[in-house]
Amino acid sequence: MKGKQFLIPASIIVAFILQIMPMPVAIDLYRPDWLLLILCYWSMALPNRVGVGVAAICGIVIDILYGTALGVHSFAMAIPVYLVAANYQRFRNYSVVQQAVMIFVLATLYHMLVYWLQYWLTGIQFRFELLWPVVTSVFIWPWLFWLLRRYRRLLRVT
Amino acid sequence: MNEVFARGPSLPVRLAIVLVLSLAAMLIDTKVENFATARTYLNSMVSPLQYIANLPGAMMSWSADRFKSRQKLLNDNEDLTYQITLMSEQLQRFKILEQENNNLRKLLDAPVRDNMHKMITELMAVDTNPYSHQIVVNKGAIDGVFLNQPVLDDNGIVGQVSEVGTTNSRILLISDVTHAIPVRIERNNVRFIAIGDGSLDAINLQHVPHSADLLEGDVLVSSGLGDVFPEGYPVGIITSIIRDEGRPFAQVQATPLAQLDRLKYLLLLWPADMAPDGAIAPGDERFEQLKSGMTDSDTSEQQDLEQENAR
Repeated sequence: MKGKQFLIPASIIVAFILQIMPMPVAIDLYRPDWLLLILCYWSMALPNRVGVGVAAICGIVIDILYGTALGVHSFAMAIPVYLVAANYQRFRNYSVVQQAVMIFVLATLYHMLVYWLQYWLTGIQFRFELLWPVVTSVFIWPWLFWLLRRYRRLLRVT
Repeated sequence: MNEVFARGPSLPVRLAIVLVLSLAAMLIDTKVENFATARTYLNSMVSPLQYIANLPGAMMSWSADRFKSRQKLLNDNEDLTYQITLMSEQLQRFKILEQENNNLRKLLDAPVRDNMHKMITELMAVDTNPYSHQIVVNKGAIDGVFLNQPVLDDNGIVGQVSEVGTTNSRILLISDVTHAIPVRIERNNVRFIAIGDGSLDAINLQHVPHSADLLEGDVLVSSGLGDVFPEGYPVGIITSIIRDEGRPFAQVQATPLAQLDRLKYLLLLWPADMAPDGAIAPGDERFEQLKSGMTDSDTSEQQDLEQENAR
């Protein structure tokens, strides 16, 4: 089928757009980490296609889009994706709820890494509201997992 | 999939390479001065993504514009006409005052202040990260935008250009923790430096002696020192002063006058000697035409209204 090669890049581009789409301030605080979720899914399902390198490139693009120092998000993105890619067989055997718990840990790690690096570079202050995306990511994960697996099987992406 | 015959370096090695490269990128980006030009190209490369992400919002506002009722437009028009009338009266007085001021300056052999060239730009409403206050506007290097250019809204100073792309540019707001602006108090010309607080509605004055003559409600204007912001534009209003003698300095907080959380149209300023062709010069005919055109269409609108009322 035609969509075979394009599913992974297309999902990543959609993740970028969801990540930077303007939202009202009230909702904006709860924006899930779309890119991290999608990269985690692909590195779990197809660790030979998406891994640490792709995560780092996507992180650099996020750095450019967000205007942070280059390398902050690529550093923070590479470590959770590495953890998934290193344990992908264990991850696949988890139930969706267990996976969601792991996503909680990984997303928290991601946000803390971003915070630590930015603190080191510019000296920002930590606020607990900045961890709201972790909670929404956990709730988005089961649906995203179901959707991506459905399309991966439909298009037979390997 | 054939993970048995995986090619290339192993996973931990890849991670190590990526982390080292990221750290190197961070250091180069923050420590090397001339890296800003490289970021210009990088920004231009990802700007399609920003435009796509902006589409839903743009479509919403487009349809909102389309389906505005006639009555609303008439009301808006009326309001704006009133505003223009009131403002042009003030402008007349201001022009005479400006002339008088320039004459006095000439008498004192002080240099006459140049008016700034300006261009209106629109917020591209692209979201940014929660740790820093930055916005993206739809004017870039092809419009003559330059690094550290001052940006205003209709109430006061908003910030300065921090990255220039080809067709858009990024603006660092005065409320960002990395931003500082030299200010003086309008009432008595005492000079301070105002540093961003990380929240949109506060900036802090640094190194204020306990004995400094400050009052709540004092207006801060840009002092023109530092050669980034021109002199005399409003920055903020002092909201709280804590004179705790146990601390070396008084803690003074001010609220920015520019409405940093509801920016839409912004003004880019150029000094007279480096203004691009597209900028509106002070006393420009186009500006005058714009004004007269407005009043013309307004009178016809007024006639329409009268006819409608007559019917």
